[in-house]
Amino acid sequence: MSHAASSATISQVDKEKIEGDKRKRRAHIRTTIAKILTYVLLIAMTIIIIFPLLIMLITSFTPNKLTQTWPPKVIPSSFTFDNYTSLFQRMPIGRQMLNTVIFAGAVTIFSVFFDALAAYGLSRVDFKGRGFLLGILIATMMIPSMALLIPVYKLLASMNLVNSYWGIIVPRLADVGGIFLLRQFFISLPRDLDNAARIDGAGEFRIFLQIVLPNAKSAVLVVAMFNFMGNWNDLLWPLIMTSKPETRTITAGLAMLTGHGSSVTPYGVVMAGALLSALPLLIIFFFIQKSFVQGIAMTGIK
Amino acid sequence: MSTSLHIPSAQGAGQEIKENKKTLSKRNVRIGLAFVAPALIVLTIFVFYPTVKTFITSLTTDRINRSGRFVGFENYTKLFTNADFWIDFRNTVIYAVVYAPLVVIVALAFALLLNRKDIKGVGFFRTCLFMPFIISLTVASIAWSFLLSPSLGLIPYWANQYFGIEHLDLLGTKSTALATIILITVWKNFGYFMVIFLAGLQGISAELYEAASLDGANAWQRFLHITLPGLRPTFNYVVIFGLIGSFQVFDQVFILTSGGPDRSTETIVYRIYTEAFGNGKLGYASALSYILLIMTLILGIVQLVSNSKHEKEEIG
Repeated sequence: MSHAASSATISQVDKEKIEGDKRKRRAHIRTTIAKILTYVLLIAMTIIIIFPLLIMLITSFTPNKLTQTWPPKVIPSSFTFDNYTSLFQRMPIGRQMLNTVIFAGAVTIFSVFFDALAAYGLSRVDFKGRGFLLGILIATMMIPSMALLIPVYKLLASMNLVNSYWGIIVPRLADVGGIFLLRQFFISLPRDLDNAARIDGAGEFRIFLQIVLPNAKSAVLVVAMFNFMGNWNDLLWPLIMTSKPETRTITAGLAMLTGHGSSVTPYGVVMAGALLSALPLLIIFFFIQKSFVQGIAMTGIK
Repeated sequence: MSTSLHIPSAQGAGQEIKENKKTLSKRNVRIGLAFVAPALIVLTIFVFYPTVKTFITSLTTDRINRSGRFVGFENYTKLFTNADFWIDFRNTVIYAVVYAPLVVIVALAFALLLNRKDIKGVGFFRTCLFMPFIISLTVASIAWSFLLSPSLGLIPYWANQYFGIEHLDLLGTKSTALATIILITVWKNFGYFMVIFLAGLQGISAELYEAASLDGANAWQRFLHITLPGLRPTFNYVVIFGLIGSFQVFDQVFILTSGGPDRSTETIVYRIYTEAFGNGKLGYASALSYILLIMTLILGIVQLVSNSKHEKEEIG
């Protein structure tokens, strides 16, 4: 380090340097081992976690005979498409898929729009009674929808809406959770945005549609994604509101196919159905992965 | 906000401003309500009305196709003196109390593992671990029912092969069925909580960790004194959300066990479903619904209180 060092101190420095290098190398080895262990752990965990899904995929292509043999095998000796053709014969899966798209799609589009409207009213219009409305909505947020099924079903049944699109869609056209998430976001948008537009003579609805909504795209997307996924995957509500195979959603149809509990349908066919029902969501997820994950993170920060 | 301006020297002008404010606030009420109206109508018909109606029905002997008579709190006393109700209640509470902490711990463990920036392919691992959350509980239950099937499944086969356990029937045995359903739900949902924890972890400033390292704190001490306190708001949300969610267990029970064996996995929501839509006993099922509602409300209030406490602490 120092130019004017004597030979004795040079050897001292060298020693220290060697010691330091050793320490560094040891630390390096330690972090490398830790890293390898982390990778091994992660890979093992990941395999365990996705194993049931892999088995589902494999089983859906396994000949019926081979799913019913002992000992069971992870990889069967032959593959087939029969389960998929058999699935189409057993249940109107195309129709059920369409039902699910209409149900989840309509609910998502309308409820996000209605939620956003309400959120705008509750965050950017100052009016008497707003606090009161907010209070009521906060209280409502804690009421589990499962506790309200009976009167909702009776009301819709009295209007002859069982087994209809209207019946499953209408009760879901607004949801308090969505209103709150959007309101939270709208509050954070600067007021100058709409005030400038107001001075220019824009009406409130135009401000909502052309200024606030486009600026809240990410929040709108989060609410829409949760809505779509929740309704696509929902079992209890479609199960209650539909009684014919051709009016069921794919999730309810699938639950019926398993004969709940005691399976009478071959597992290969059920797995093919399970996979087909999950596929649309998985595809959507792969396209919007980043915003989906950010969105979930957003729901946790309250 | 609506304080009126009163300027004595310019009475007329003051009056005018007052008038303007009045018409403006009236106009605002109209605009505000117009925006809220569509959602409010839906919520009134499908949330506010049913909340009252469920309670009224719970005081009657209504059946699915005919109305019964008013019996006061008879349904509730019937429930409380019925051993089956206490089994359902116990199962629901056990489910919640075991599931919520378990899913939080698993999620936190994975979040800590995946929060390291020096690991290649973090995105890939995160995506894989998150996959069970995307599929429906129905699909997840179907996959597990195959894996656990005592006559066809890989898990009983491996249990036999490697541990000598004969005829393992986790879902068909009274002592293991509920635990198995809880574990399957943890597997299904931890990805969601993991993402929330990852967001929480990224919110903790790196400077805190650096400072602690300089002070000689080891990894465990850093976790205990920086990570855990930093994640407190996240914990608050995640635990309550997990508890409330587990009060509503239905899909897994419906597909995997139908409440069995011997009612060991039957939960309150499953019972509401079978009483109302199987047996047609609407009055009785409504009383059950109200108990579920009150249980959830209590948790909701706990969250509100602890949230406001946090906020006070942060300000103070």
